[in-house]
Amino acid sequence: MSNPTTAVPVRGERPPTMAATSRNTSKPPRNRAREWATRAPLMPALIFLIVVTQLPFVATLVISLFDWNSFRPDKRAFAGLENYTTVASDPALRESILTTVLLTATVVIVSVVLGLALALLLDRKFRGRGLVRTMLIAPFLVVPVASALLWKHALYNPEYGLFNGVLNWLGGPQPQWLSDMPLMAVEASLIWQWTPFMMLILLAGLQGRPLDMIEAARLDGASNWQIFRFLTLPHLRRYLELGTLLGSIYIVQNFDAVFTLTRGGLDTANLPYTIYETFYNAHEYGLASAAGVLVVIGTIIIATFALRVVSSLFREEASRA
Amino acid sequence: MTSLTAPAAITSVPPATRRAKRRGAALGLLAWFVGILFVLPVLWMLLTSFHSESDAATNPPSLAAPLTLDGYKTFFGVDGGASPWPALLNSMGTSIFSTLFVLVLALPAAFALSIRPVRKWTDVMFFFLSTKMLPVVAGLLPVYLFAKDTGFLDNVWLLVILYTSMNLPIAVWMMQSFLADIPVSIIEAAQMDGARLTTILWRVVAPIAGPGIAATSLICFIFSWNEMLFAQVLTGVVAQTAPAFLTGFVTSQGLFLAQVCAASMVISLPVLAAGFAAQDKLVQGLSLGAVK
Amino acid sequence: MPVLTLRAARIPVVALTAGALLAGCAGMGGGSSGGNTINVLMVNNPQMMDLQKLTAKHFTKETGIKVKFTVLPENDVRDKISQDFSNQAGQYDVATISNFEVPFYAENSWLMPLDEHVAKDKAFDQKDILPPMRQSLTAGDGQLYAEPFYGESSFLMYRKDIFAEKHLKMPARPTWNQVADLAAKADGARKGMNGICLRGLPGWGELMAPLTTVVNTFGGTWFTKDWKAQLTSPEFVKATKFYVDLVRKHGEAGASQSGFAECLNNLTQGKSAMWYDATSAAGSLEGAKSPVKGKIGYVQAPVEKTDSSGWLYTWAWGVQKASRNSDKAWKFISWASSKEYEKLVGKTFGWSNVPAGKRASTYANQDYRDSAGAFSEVTRKAITSAKPRDPGVQERPTMGIQFVDIPEFADLGTKVAQEISAAIAGKQSVDEALKTSQKLAEKVGEEYRDE
Repeated sequence: MSNPTTAVPVRGERPPTMAATSRNTSKPPRNRAREWATRAPLMPALIFLIVVTQLPFVATLVISLFDWNSFRPDKRAFAGLENYTTVASDPALRESILTTVLLTATVVIVSVVLGLALALLLDRKFRGRGLVRTMLIAPFLVVPVASALLWKHALYNPEYGLFNGVLNWLGGPQPQWLSDMPLMAVEASLIWQWTPFMMLILLAGLQGRPLDMIEAARLDGASNWQIFRFLTLPHLRRYLELGTLLGSIYIVQNFDAVFTLTRGGLDTANLPYTIYETFYNAHEYGLASAAGVLVVIGTIIIATFALRVVSSLFREEASRA
Repeated sequence: MTSLTAPAAITSVPPATRRAKRRGAALGLLAWFVGILFVLPVLWMLLTSFHSESDAATNPPSLAAPLTLDGYKTFFGVDGGASPWPALLNSMGTSIFSTLFVLVLALPAAFALSIRPVRKWTDVMFFFLSTKMLPVVAGLLPVYLFAKDTGFLDNVWLLVILYTSMNLPIAVWMMQSFLADIPVSIIEAAQMDGARLTTILWRVVAPIAGPGIAATSLICFIFSWNEMLFAQVLTGVVAQTAPAFLTGFVTSQGLFLAQVCAASMVISLPVLAAGFAAQDKLVQGLSLGAVK
Repeated sequence: MPVLTLRAARIPVVALTAGALLAGCAGMGGGSSGGNTINVLMVNNPQMMDLQKLTAKHFTKETGIKVKFTVLPENDVRDKISQDFSNQAGQYDVATISNFEVPFYAENSWLMPLDEHVAKDKAFDQKDILPPMRQSLTAGDGQLYAEPFYGESSFLMYRKDIFAEKHLKMPARPTWNQVADLAAKADGARKGMNGICLRGLPGWGELMAPLTTVVNTFGGTWFTKDWKAQLTSPEFVKATKFYVDLVRKHGEAGASQSGFAECLNNLTQGKSAMWYDATSAAGSLEGAKSPVKGKIGYVQAPVEKTDSSGWLYTWAWGVQKASRNSDKAWKFISWASSKEYEKLVGKTFGWSNVPAGKRASTYANQDYRDSAGAFSEVTRKAITSAKPRDPGVQERPTMGIQFVDIPEFADLGTKVAQEISAAIAGKQSVDEALKTSQKLAEKVGEEYRDE
């Protein structure tokens, strides 16, 4: 029979916050065995993840200290931090950082806004709502590589793609999509893929909002816009943050779209693509590893700022119990 | 605050006046229009897959061109080309096995982060998420060298392990949220009856979190099936997966649109089917359990 | 909310596991080539796809050796080949490499020399292989490291019927200025038709190939004999400006995204009157289902200051040094590059699909000449007159007509191609593009000068 006061804290009793636990000086004496029993279920996943993700990272770190061109294996030599200075002073890499930021920000923001609009549309009942929802999630389910090929060859191709074909019908111009606006073209295909993702998240959020309060507000004479701005939007904040966070994580890493659509040409090379090129085209293993390490450092710095967003999600979770 | 007895299950705001009804109809129409616009590329892909190569490459697009199964025949290797079944089976196998492994690892971990949380559980959650912030490409080389030296190149199990690590953070996040909604009293009751941890997990937690488990599995399956970078670099002959097989149809020496569309349709079919059939689970999963 | 009871969950769980196990036993697993199998990695060009279709019924039946193919698009296959061969991972026994890779792959000991096998295999008839092909696949140490599967040079293709309509005459040895003239006159001959189709897709093997041959014949070069980069020399600039202006004025729409495939499609659909590109295009243009079959005339690559300017390229079979099946690999190569295989393709798929450009006997074969007569002689002349070590007006530091045969060229050529492709798209001037490219080339040249 466990004594409630010395029992391991169950969720709901004492939601742990990040700063509190370690500084609480009036805790009951720590029961080592029980702590390990609590940690035990976490261990397999944690150890697995550490081994599979951190070990390669350490190896990448080591490789980044070498001047290693795979076409000249006999010239492999320790180079210290030389690769890092080369990478940091490389204008192409600075451009690809900018491209990555631009690409990610545009795609995430537009798909969140579009997803919100679609979620609002789908929130009301109408004939065939289920079918429309099915149609709207299709882009997210098509294999990304197939999606990219579809956009590049079946849609964007100036000779026989669908876009120019339709424009031809309407007697309009025949722009060269991938040459005239390459970054926007890549962004468009990514927005098409990820809007359903955002829409589903926000749809779930909409379906969980307090309808009785909204009814009450409407009876009190509030307009639709006021209801949206003061009741719906705050409720959705958590979901908007979630969508933005997950979307950013996935789109920063996106490789298939740039690789297939433009092969990094015309200033569309983002970081994953640039690193891939350095590995496979230039065969500079040390340089590419150094670029990878710098990206990791940069992302962690940014992620620490994003921690505030994440922790607000945590705090809300903790307070939900 | 005016207390209003809310009707039992409102799922959307009911239109009150006739003007509101007309606007509702207009918005419904708009929803249909947008829906069709979004699914149009996929429908176009479907149509093109049934055209011949030269018909697929015309401008203006030929909608009424005769339908043919040539694209699909090429994909299935009917006239002696490569058979897609090994690649499809590999994809199916890696996705299913990696999803199983993820569940086995994520469920206890989520338990330890929600129901009986360790100290500093938010730090752990952040760590899980941070592993997804590293660019996959940069870590590819060490994995390749390791695989080469240990003979794991072109081996499906290497992919399974990598996909498991790829999906584990998201799965942990999702499961943690689902488990956090389990009423504490049930767990406490089981604890007071003297149940061991594993029993609690199996008999009490898993059944209630069933839908959450289903949602997580679906998401993990989708992401594993769609993955291409690892598959292309680390596999070759035996362990090639479907997306890598697809790229083999894009030739720089001729027309390939119809066969690529056919290949894309077949390869996307399992994910499309799973997603459509389990739409609600998808919604649940992506909102981390907010909708029941 | 329906609670998923453990009992109800049991059935789908069992089914899932059973299905997974089945999948596991049936198709999964890992491992390298063993038993009587070899692994071949090849580019997905039509000639290779034909090979894939014929292997099981002919090669495997005759010899009992199973062949597992992996086919990928050109850029992907190069990445994979370089990864596998440079690490000697041994995943593939045979791969389609080209005369570009052979020199430095051989230098790094990634390839198996084939001289012994050739000496023992009289039926292969190494002497039948065209000399420029054999030369380009022999490394600095004098050993042969690859056997060609098919070879190509470049030539000019034009619509005979359109030219006849417009009373235009194509000279037997056209110069580039004459070609620019003809393109201007042929522009708009039919609705939506442009004068000429030229590659503009960024890539060292796409845009850079034809452009470099134009540079060669205008008197320019990438590097001097002592590795000084020459991208801003007057000849190089003149040639590039000529090419870019020609394609912008009389070239195809979407030129900066057009590679071989797009121009092939253009010509097939009647959207271009001329096309300067690989000799292997003729096979598709004269194929049975081609709407322009019989309408195309072929003439040698346009020149200015040189006698010839066609490029030299071959997709060839190389055997990885780490391969444990070199004898079986040779048997496969010997079959795929043999005279019998060419006859087999001729009978099965048509003579215009034969992987030609490597053997003298192909061009003496009457059946081949009958059906491919329109282009076979021009092709043969183009290949035999190619001089890989001396393609221009000045001395070169290394081999290569449409490329500089150093490993860095893949990256350098692609980056320069991106700059020039942007010029074709109108995003920058040719001078700007070449200024940026010169800096990139200088870096590479410095590395080689230090050696």
